[in-house]
Amino acid sequence: MPTLIAANVVVVAGKGGVGKTTVTAVLARAAADAGRRVLAVELDGKPLLADLLPGIEVRSITPTDALDEYLREHGFTRVAKRLATTGVIDVISTAAPGIDDIVVLGKIKQLERSGQWDLIVVDGPAAGHAITFLTSAQGMLDSVRGGPVFAQAKDVMELLTDPERCQIVLVTLPEATPVNEVIETMATLVDRVGVRLGPVVVNEVDARTDVPDPTAMKLGRGADANALRAAAVFRRARRAMQDDEIARLEQAITMPHVDLVSLPVAGLDADHIRTLAASLARAAGTP
Amino acid sequence: MSTLDAALDGASVVVCCGSGGVGKTTTAAVIGIELARRGHRVVVVTIDPARRLADALGLPDGIGAEPQRIDLDAPGELWAMMLDTAVMFDRVVRANAADEEQADRIVQNRFFRNMVGALSGTQEYMASEALHQLHGDDRFDVVVVDTPPSRHALDFLEAPGVLARFLDHKVFRLLMLPTRRGLKVLNTAAQPILRAIGRVVGSDVLADAVAFFQAFTGMEAGFRERAASVMALLISPQTRYVLVAAPRHDTVAEAVWFADQLRARGIGVSAAVVNRAHPRFGSGTAAEAVERAAAEDDPRIAALWANLAELRTIAERERQAVAPLHDRLGRAPMVDVPLLAGDVHDRGGLAEIGTHLFKKARSVPTPGRR
Repeated sequence: MPTLIAANVVVVAGKGGVGKTTVTAVLARAAADAGRRVLAVELDGKPLLADLLPGIEVRSITPTDALDEYLREHGFTRVAKRLATTGVIDVISTAAPGIDDIVVLGKIKQLERSGQWDLIVVDGPAAGHAITFLTSAQGMLDSVRGGPVFAQAKDVMELLTDPERCQIVLVTLPEATPVNEVIETMATLVDRVGVRLGPVVVNEVDARTDVPDPTAMKLGRGADANALRAAAVFRRARRAMQDDEIARLEQAITMPHVDLVSLPVAGLDADHIRTLAASLARAAGTP
Repeated sequence: MSTLDAALDGASVVVCCGSGGVGKTTTAAVIGIELARRGHRVVVVTIDPARRLADALGLPDGIGAEPQRIDLDAPGELWAMMLDTAVMFDRVVRANAADEEQADRIVQNRFFRNMVGALSGTQEYMASEALHQLHGDDRFDVVVVDTPPSRHALDFLEAPGVLARFLDHKVFRLLMLPTRRGLKVLNTAAQPILRAIGRVVGSDVLADAVAFFQAFTGMEAGFRERAASVMALLISPQTRYVLVAAPRHDTVAEAVWFADQLRARGIGVSAAVVNRAHPRFGSGTAAEAVERAAAEDDPRIAALWANLAELRTIAERERQAVAPLHDRLGRAPMVDVPLLAGDVHDRGGLAEIGTHLFKKARSVPTPGRR
């Protein structure tokens, strides 16, 4: 079976609403089904991922916990205690922007180095934060000269820029605005971080069931005929739009894209994730 | 068919809220167009608008940080601006500072500049601040705000207090020592915790933070007052909340949660907009279409029934997903905007959405869409 992603850590990124959590879950499930030891990581404290991945270990990493742990492990136990009670973390992360992202990525690096898992899939931060999240370590290296945070940022950069260890999977929908956004994000990440981009995942792509052109058929009149016609015209127009957008994406990117089909539901559950993971493995290989 | 018409009567502020990617900005733009059509002078404040929306509004250079008049054939006026957190924050500091010199010292401080970009809730805070300023601006009768795509939709309501709370932080008291002549910045070396923080983040970084708190001295009260007046505006009856969701369990859950939070503050939701709902084709059910597909001899017609069955299945599941939001609304209208066959990229697209949100949104000519 071909390998979809050959790296220890995969960070799934994309704008709000494109289905980052879905893609994270599908990649984790597909890898686990292929026998790999998988850890899924979520960063925003939503319990969604664990519900989608029964039987797979899911961890939540927050900046507060990661900074606290980091301080304790670096001989600042007493400070860590004080921080918890005074809430100085806000001030620290304001004084040194990006430190919260770096301690989170540092924690992920530590998990990767532990060798306990073959693959760590990270449900990246929401909305526009993804770029900041991934560029913060470089920013820190540019502005701070030494000290424990500098060392941490260096480790994080090593992880991010080593394609054997880490890849970024960008998620989009087959629609104009998300496709534009993914193309822009891609350029920024490659230029500013030097990360390796894995395949782009196009989420909610119409399944290719047969929908004949109703205008070429004799359906007669009446409510049923009208409904059949309107539904088919709608479906075909949506598909044509999706095809155009996927073609435009292919023109703009150098790496392959993999598609997840749209299921006829209003929100996915663990079984849907299994279905999508199985079809992903069939079509594109396993992560 | 419900519409937003009555929900916006008498509004001077319209707040659009919902999770990321559900079409808040587009909804805000369409509401702005409709209010201008009714003769109001409207300003729409957007956060990080998609390129296509600017194009659709006829602003090829994008939406700027100052209100720009949009060319619109309507009795009222439509203006648009993009929220620029840094510009707005500078303005707020200048409005509250005792003198120019204090304002400069703060604005040039590196800690302050970091805070503008990094303090969580800053964008929400500045959105509420923009709302307050524009509300007091004689050029406009109605302000339509598109809230930031925050994970915690509530941040917007809490926003006015963000800076005041930040300044209340115990660290402030850790750093400052009251003396006979006012507050004095502590010698950082005297405080083990500060020494340790300095070792973690660097001592120059800490020095910036200390200088910031020092420069800010005396401004806290002004900020608190301002926060109170923004808050009063947010809970005023002329401020209307329009929840925007997609017909999926996750965004509906967030909208329901937000409705509950509003109610806990004594604020009612004026309306909900469900974007990208699959249209309903015909009056039958999905199950009926499945049966017809199975019974049909002509495979091509059977395929059409199967397609209809699938689209109806989605529409039915979406309706179930949206039900909790519907229950929460009471008498407030809920309006579905169907998933369009194409993307909204011009005035025609905005007008088409307008026909779903309002009874007769015909202000914008729709010449030959597609």
